[in-house]
Amino acid sequence: MDPIITVSNLNKTYASGFQALKSIDLTIQRGEIFALLGPNGAGKTTLISIICGIVNATQGQVTVDGYDIIRDYRAARKTIGLVPQELTNNMFDTIWATMKLSRGLFGKPQDDAHLEKVLRELSLWDKRNEKIMTLSGGMKRRVLIAKALSHEPDVLFLDEPTAGVDVELRRDMWEMVRKLRASGVTIILTTHYIEEAEEMADRIGVISRGEIILVDDKAALMRKLGTKQLSVHLQHQLEAVPPSLAYLPLALSDDGFALIYTYDALKEQNGIADLLRILVQENIEFKDLHSSQSSLEDIFVDLVNTSARPSTAVTGTAAAVESTL
Amino acid sequence: MNLYGVKAIYLFELSRLRRTLLQSIASPVISTSLYFVVFGAAIGSRMTEIDGVSYGAFIIPGLIMLMLLNESISNASFGIYMPRFTGTIYEVLSAPVSPAEIVIGYVGAAATKSVILGLLILLTARLFVVYDIAHPVWMLAFLTLTAVTFSLFGFIIGVWADGFEKLQIIPMMIVTPLAFLGGSFYSINMLPPVWQTVTLFNPVVYLISGFRWSFYGVADVHIGISLAMTLVFLAVCLAIVWWIFRTGYKLKD
Repeated sequence: MDPIITVSNLNKTYASGFQALKSIDLTIQRGEIFALLGPNGAGKTTLISIICGIVNATQGQVTVDGYDIIRDYRAARKTIGLVPQELTNNMFDTIWATMKLSRGLFGKPQDDAHLEKVLRELSLWDKRNEKIMTLSGGMKRRVLIAKALSHEPDVLFLDEPTAGVDVELRRDMWEMVRKLRASGVTIILTTHYIEEAEEMADRIGVISRGEIILVDDKAALMRKLGTKQLSVHLQHQLEAVPPSLAYLPLALSDDGFALIYTYDALKEQNGIADLLRILVQENIEFKDLHSSQSSLEDIFVDLVNTSARPSTAVTGTAAAVESTL
Repeated sequence: MNLYGVKAIYLFELSRLRRTLLQSIASPVISTSLYFVVFGAAIGSRMTEIDGVSYGAFIIPGLIMLMLLNESISNASFGIYMPRFTGTIYEVLSAPVSPAEIVIGYVGAAATKSVILGLLILLTARLFVVYDIAHPVWMLAFLTLTAVTFSLFGFIIGVWADGFEKLQIIPMMIVTPLAFLGGSFYSINMLPPVWQTVTLFNPVVYLISGFRWSFYGVADVHIGISLAMTLVFLAVCLAIVWWIFRTGYKLKD
């Protein structure tokens, strides 16, 4: 493992007293796509802003590529490209002028060929001499990405990159992110679209109310937390779930042609064998079986709701106390 | 030192001058011409010489200072306020540039514009009045020093302001009155003794007096004091800018 960003014990309390981040510990590996998932106001942007140097931390330490973001801020920041959430552009300037500004700001010598390559990849080359205010919303977002890539960063932060972006552009962006990763760039994206994380990420961190409540490989996360559903498609319609099956978590589909069984995929005894045996015993004929895993969205909603419910923490503690007695 | 960064900010800011060439250059030149027509030609012809200098020529340094102060403040305050207003400041804050480099970029560009403008006004004045410059090097030094100092002051206002009204209020309510009362159009020796003393609390008096000395070799206040006061004001502005970046005041949460 080769970490490129390490965040330790990071806290942020704004002047208003609002605590946006609570003791965040996080490690991002070189070359991965990491999705930071969380509802609005969870602290995603604050975390990114601290790493990039836009917001001061109240407490804690962050290193990027081994450089402390305060002590060695020049070396740390040089490696980072940031695409902010808001469409903040120099409205009255041309794409080309702002690209040159971005590259220079990050201490890189002029390289028009590189800027041209970035603009061409984002289909902005033909518009390079147009004022940004004349561009569409999707193009403005691409300009922000182009600016972040203008200085060839090793780490790219994409803060809600596809918010308000149409499906086609979203696909293009995902494609671009994959290409960047293939070229060795580490990508951290924040999103509250689950499908984005599911589609893109190698690892997923879930943040809620300023706390990282979970970090795991996407596949492992889905495996670990996923419940599965088995649909048994019936030959003949049923009026109700047979009484002999009532003890199982079974539901009958609206048309009466399918029984839907929800089970925990991780349990040794998941009850499927019992279910099928009873169906045979009851002479209920079935023609097809279909199992599906819960989506990341289900997992996410479940997690965030759990962390939002203070009673679970109390119960957890009580249980822990009980077990130690 | 991130020289590419400083250069990028400086050139980007100066490009605004090119884009807004007409209002940046034309309007101060036109308004200065109007001052010369009214005060220089119409009223000036009926005025006696001041310290051996014709009235038309006497007001040139004062007029240039008046424009220089206003333009330096408005250019620099606008230059840093706009990125704050639109949010593009994120890029500068996240870039590997030090506070000093940010200030050199923004303030340098604003001061450059002001100096160009000051020289343009000087040329324009030539169309109306004949004048000599006794100490051209000092004249340029005062011009540059004042442009830098007031661009720093403008930078501070641009960081402090949280609306377009506030950007206007200090130049309008404080700087313009101080410039008018600082001897742009008269020698403070023409005032009653009490007011002469009061006027000495006006920092702009020292700027205009020093600048006028570089033209005609005569001054209301000793040149050494003028220079010292300008440097004091520069030091105060630098200290405030240092504090802004140290605390992150209105730039960083």
